[in-house]
Amino acid sequence: MAGKRKQHLFDDPLNVKRAIYLLYAICGITLLADFLVRRHIDHPWEGTIGFYAIYGFVACVLLVLIAKQMRKVLMRSDDYYDD
Amino acid sequence: MTSVAPFMIFFVGALLVAFTDGRVRQGVLLAIPVLGAINLLGLGQGAGLQVELMDYRLTLVRVDSLSLLFGILFHLAAFIAILFSLHLRDTLQQVTGVLYAGSALGAVFAGDLITLFIFWELLAITSVFLVLARRTERAFGSAMRYITIQVTSGVILLAGVLVRSFQTGSIEFGFIGLEGLAGWLIFIAIGIKCAFPLLHNWLTDSYAEATPTGTVFLSAFTTKVAVYALARAYPGTELLIYIGAVMTMFPIFYAVIENDLRRVLAYSMINQIGFMVCGIGIGTALALNGAVAHAFNDVIFKGLLFMSMGAVLYRTGKINGSELGGLYKSMPYTTGFCIVGAASISAFPLFAGFVSKSMVMLAALETGHPIVWLALLFASAGVFHHAGIKIPFFAFFSYDSGIRTKEAPLNMLIAMGLAAFICIFNGSYPWVLYSLLPYPVDYEPYTVSHVLTQSQLLFFSALAFCWLKLAGLYPPELPGVNIDAEWSYRKALPAAARWGYAMAVAFRQNVVDRLQRRLERLMREIYRHHGPQGILARTWPTGSMAFWATLLLGAYLILYYL
Repeated sequence: MAGKRKQHLFDDPLNVKRAIYLLYAICGITLLADFLVRRHIDHPWEGTIGFYAIYGFVACVLLVLIAKQMRKVLMRSDDYYDD
Repeated sequence: MTSVAPFMIFFVGALLVAFTDGRVRQGVLLAIPVLGAINLLGLGQGAGLQVELMDYRLTLVRVDSLSLLFGILFHLAAFIAILFSLHLRDTLQQVTGVLYAGSALGAVFAGDLITLFIFWELLAITSVFLVLARRTERAFGSAMRYITIQVTSGVILLAGVLVRSFQTGSIEFGFIGLEGLAGWLIFIAIGIKCAFPLLHNWLTDSYAEATPTGTVFLSAFTTKVAVYALARAYPGTELLIYIGAVMTMFPIFYAVIENDLRRVLAYSMINQIGFMVCGIGIGTALALNGAVAHAFNDVIFKGLLFMSMGAVLYRTGKINGSELGGLYKSMPYTTGFCIVGAASISAFPLFAGFVSKSMVMLAALETGHPIVWLALLFASAGVFHHAGIKIPFFAFFSYDSGIRTKEAPLNMLIAMGLAAFICIFNGSYPWVLYSLLPYPVDYEPYTVSHVLTQSQLLFFSALAFCWLKLAGLYPPELPGVNIDAEWSYRKALPAAARWGYAMAVAFRQNVVDRLQRRLERLMREIYRHHGPQGILARTWPTGSMAFWATLLLGAYLILYYL
C-alpha cells in the first residue's frame, strides 16, 4: 500500500475495543428481540427464550475446551509421519 | 441432437491446452467451460446419448433435473478454478485440471453404472496430478496414498456393479438401496469418495498437500460427484442420517486444533458434506432439495475459502496459522473475499449457506429426528467457530506476523470476486437456485424467526470465541499433526509390516539354524560311523573273521542237535 508507516485499522487498540463492543451490542439486540418477537416454533425445545443464543455460546465453549483436551492425547510433532 | 456429451468438450479442450501456450492457451482454457455451458443449454431435459459396448448398452448422457443441476455447478466451478489458476505456466496442472473437471461431468451425466465407473476412476487418475504438481516429497507421499484409496474405491464400485448386473441383469444408474452385497459394495465405494467417518483422511491429507490452485479444483469435484451418486442411488437410506450427523460433528473438533489452514478447511468440508449426507438420508423432498442446494453452495463458498488460502500460500509460501497473521494489511481484497466465504459457510443471513443448510435442518425436525437436529445445530455453531472465525482471524488478523506481501494476482482476485458474488447472490436471491432443484420448492428462508434464531446462534458463537480469547482459554495455534484415522495406515500398518518382516526374518533364521544343527549332527554321526575312525570303516583282521565264522557255525551245529 501507499505509505510505509501506514496506520492500519486494527493497529489502534481502540478500534479492536470498538469491534468487541459492537459485537456485545449486536448480541444484546438479538437477545432482546427474542422477548419482542413471537418466533415460529417447530419443536418445543427451541421455544425457550434465548435457546439459540445459549446453545450457540455453550456449544462453542464446549467445542473449544474439549478440543483443547484432545490436543493432549492426539498432538504429535510436525514430522511425526516423516520417516 | 445438436449437443455433444459435456465431458467431450473438456477432453478435447485439454488436448488443445497441451499443444498451445501463452495467451492462446489462456484463451482456450477460458473458452472450455464457456463453450461447455452453451452446449449444456442445448441439452434439453430428457436428452440421452447411448452407445453399444459388447453386450451392454451404455448411457453416456442422461439429462434430468438432478444431473443438470450438477452439470451447471461443475461448469461454474471449472470456470472459477481455471480463472484462479490462469497465471500458471504448468502444462501438467492445466491439462489435468481440465481433464478432471471433464471426468466429473462424465460421472454426473452417466446413465449407467459402467460409465459411472469409468469416470469414477478417471476422476482419481486425473486429479492425483494436482497433488503431484506441488513437487515436494510430502506431496508425493500424499499423492500415492490418495491414488491408492481412490482407485480402491473404484475397484469396490466395479465389484458392486458386476454383482448387481449378474443378479438383476441391469446396469442402470438409478435407485440402488442398501440391499444385498451389491448394494453395500456400491455404498462403500461412494462412501470412500464422500469421506465417510474413518474413510475421510485421504481428503485432509491431499487437499493440504496439493498446489495452491490444485486444491481449488479438488475441492469442487470428487466429493460432490459422490454426493450426487448418493442422492441418485441411496435417497432415504436411514443409515445416512446418522453417518451424516457424525460427519458434521467430529471434524469440527479437529478443525479447532489444526494448524494448517487448508487442512482446517478440509475438515470443515467433511462437516459440510455431513449436512448433505444427512439430507439425503432423510430423503424427503425438502431434505433432498436442501442437500443438493447445499452441495451447490458449498462448491462455491468452499472454493472461495480455498482460493483465499491458496492466494495466501501463493504469496507468502506459508499456510500454518502459527506463522500467519496481520495479512489484511497487505492483502485487503483477499481478506474481504475470505470473509464473504466465511459468512457463507457459517450461513449468515444474506449469504449462501443460510438458504440451503436450514432446509436440511428443518427436514430433520419435521421427520422426527430432534437429536440429529441438535447435532446439526451444534455443528452449525462449530463451523462458524473454525471456518467462519478461525480461518480469517488467524490468517489475516490476530497478531501481526510481520509478513508484508503483495495482493493476490488479478486473475485470482477476479475468480474470488466472482465466487463471492455468487455467494451473496444465492444468499440474497435464492429463487434462481431453487428453480434448479429436483423438487418444487415450498420453503421460505427469510422468515423473521429464521433470521433471528440464526443471528443469535452465530453472534453468540462469536461472543464465545471473543470471551475464550480474552480469557486466555483459547488454544494457541501450534505447529504439529493430530492423530486421526489415517494413523492406522500411515503408522500402524507400516509398523505392523516392519514387525511382520522382522518376525519373518527371525523365523527364517530360526528354521535355518535348526536345520543346520540337525544336518551337522547327522554329518557328525555319519562321520563317526563311516569316517576314517568310524566303526564301519575299520579294517578287520582275517583272524577275527574266521573266529566269528567258526562261532556261528558252532552255534548252528548245537541248535541243529537240540
